[in-house]
Amino acid sequence: MSDQILSFDEAMEKYDPVLGFEVHVELNTRTKMFSSAPNVFGDEPNTNVNEVDLGLPGVLPVVNKTAVESSIKIGLALGCKIADKSHFARKNYFYPDTPKNFQTSQYDEPIAYDGSIDIELEDGTVFTVAIERAHMEEDAGKLTHMGGATGRIQGAEFSLVDYNRAGVPLVEIVTKPIEGAGRRAPELAKAYVAAIREIVKNLGVSDARMERGNVRCDANVSLRPHGQERFGIRSETKNVNSLRAVEHAVRYEIQRHAAVLDSGEPVVQETRHWHEDTRSTTAGRPKSDADDYRYFPEPDLVPVVASREWVEELRAQLPEPPAERRKRLKEAWGYSDLEFRDVVNAGVLDEIEETIAAGTTAAVARKWWMGEIARRAKLAEVDPADLGVSPQTIVDLNRLIESGKINDKLAREVLDGVLAGEGTPAEVVDKRGLAVVSDDGALLEAIDAALAAQPDVADKIRGGKVQAIGAIVGGVMKATKGQADAGRVRELILERLGV
Amino acid sequence: MAEINREDVVHLARLAHIDMGDAELDRMAGELAVIVDAVKAVSAVAGDDVPATSHPIPLSNVFREDVVGHTLTAEQALSGAPDSEDGRFKVPAILDEE
Repeated sequence: MSDQILSFDEAMEKYDPVLGFEVHVELNTRTKMFSSAPNVFGDEPNTNVNEVDLGLPGVLPVVNKTAVESSIKIGLALGCKIADKSHFARKNYFYPDTPKNFQTSQYDEPIAYDGSIDIELEDGTVFTVAIERAHMEEDAGKLTHMGGATGRIQGAEFSLVDYNRAGVPLVEIVTKPIEGAGRRAPELAKAYVAAIREIVKNLGVSDARMERGNVRCDANVSLRPHGQERFGIRSETKNVNSLRAVEHAVRYEIQRHAAVLDSGEPVVQETRHWHEDTRSTTAGRPKSDADDYRYFPEPDLVPVVASREWVEELRAQLPEPPAERRKRLKEAWGYSDLEFRDVVNAGVLDEIEETIAAGTTAAVARKWWMGEIARRAKLAEVDPADLGVSPQTIVDLNRLIESGKINDKLAREVLDGVLAGEGTPAEVVDKRGLAVVSDDGALLEAIDAALAAQPDVADKIRGGKVQAIGAIVGGVMKATKGQADAGRVRELILERLGV
Repeated sequence: MAEINREDVVHLARLAHIDMGDAELDRMAGELAVIVDAVKAVSAVAGDDVPATSHPIPLSNVFREDVVGHTLTAEQALSGAPDSEDGRFKVPAILDEE
């Protein structure tokens, strides 16, 4: 069952890895690729289907215009050429995940081809990945294997099929072989998929949630001895569905291939299944380059002709590419490399940008999003962006602090109130009576009480031991429930004692 | 004459879930062979220099706006299925990739 593997270092000493990726992106159109049934995740089984999705006799598919436009945008963002004319093809195969016995896809004339993207690794090293093509197709239904001990297909007695996902628009992005990554190959694999996810999310054409299968990666790995030009035999690890898993799967396959090659055996060209629990792959079906899907032009759909005007109109709608935007923001905000990387990793770039736009400095925005809000998000186990803190709330809180009306400690309490739906920060301050006590009269009363309660401390201070003042300040803060300005309290105590 | 024998028709009928009698199988074997031959005639005029045609009418860009239309209920969707369970189609386990 379990394969032999070499250590990664040894594998790297002997062999040079070549990678290739097929990434499937589910588009977030309202309806499916060829039918007007809703494209919605998580609904009751077989409720988002109509006759077209079920492949009933006599139905005619019609192409979703928005899906084509999203596909062209993806092609453009990947630096691809957009085909003047592309058409759909039937990819024939027999499996219950498609009720039609074929998947409508594109074959020899994909919508986009010949692109490239720069992938930046964490230390700033840039690899250019060439894109072979990006083509339009449809997703398949979801099978659940029942019976048997493991819930896997092996030993299953029957399968249950939900066609809600059948016909959801997909764009499959295929790279050219990626050479020269060396020992950075696993890291590059992860960074590549992360970049694709970021690009399609930024374009707004996909929800890009890997845990929901919006972005799925098939990773091809082959090894060749150093110096050899010809590619080795590859394996294709299917449906690796998290960034970490992509990195691990590529690393594992490199180690496994190395052990196979060392043993003198040929690598078997096959699909592999990734297992997160054991962090290893197992053999799937043998795969040849000549898999006979009997592609032929789809007779029910007419070609897509992308005029220059249409493509340019879509190009004009493209948002700033994520990598360029990051570079621009880092410079504008003046964060250090480390500060900026932390902000990116915390996923609060948009939030900080909006907060600054709403009227704070870059430093204040970072203080809140990477500090108090990040802390709360961690406790609640959600993304900071999902806590529901609006940029305006931060601007308001900051103004209240700067005007001396509240201090940092009170600001946290005000935020509690805002998140509990008690209104704007100013309203929460009023309702909860949280303003810093700045009325000297009220403070002096509390100070007199504190001095009376600790006469020995008061004597020490009078005698010149000013550092003892902390005990009195503490007493006053306690009496005012933290609502006093500690600096002012200190001044008043010294005044009171005539020091 | 194309090679479509009776066993081929039995196999196709089973795949297509069509219940056919002995007489029908015999007749269909002969008819399918004729049909395949008729289609083959296309290759006499369509050489490698003739691009595959998917559609006889020169149309392009027939699109649908991205607006939700009608759906079936799960009950309707499953009404033609040989077997179902929990609102889903029930199919024999097929040993293939996951």
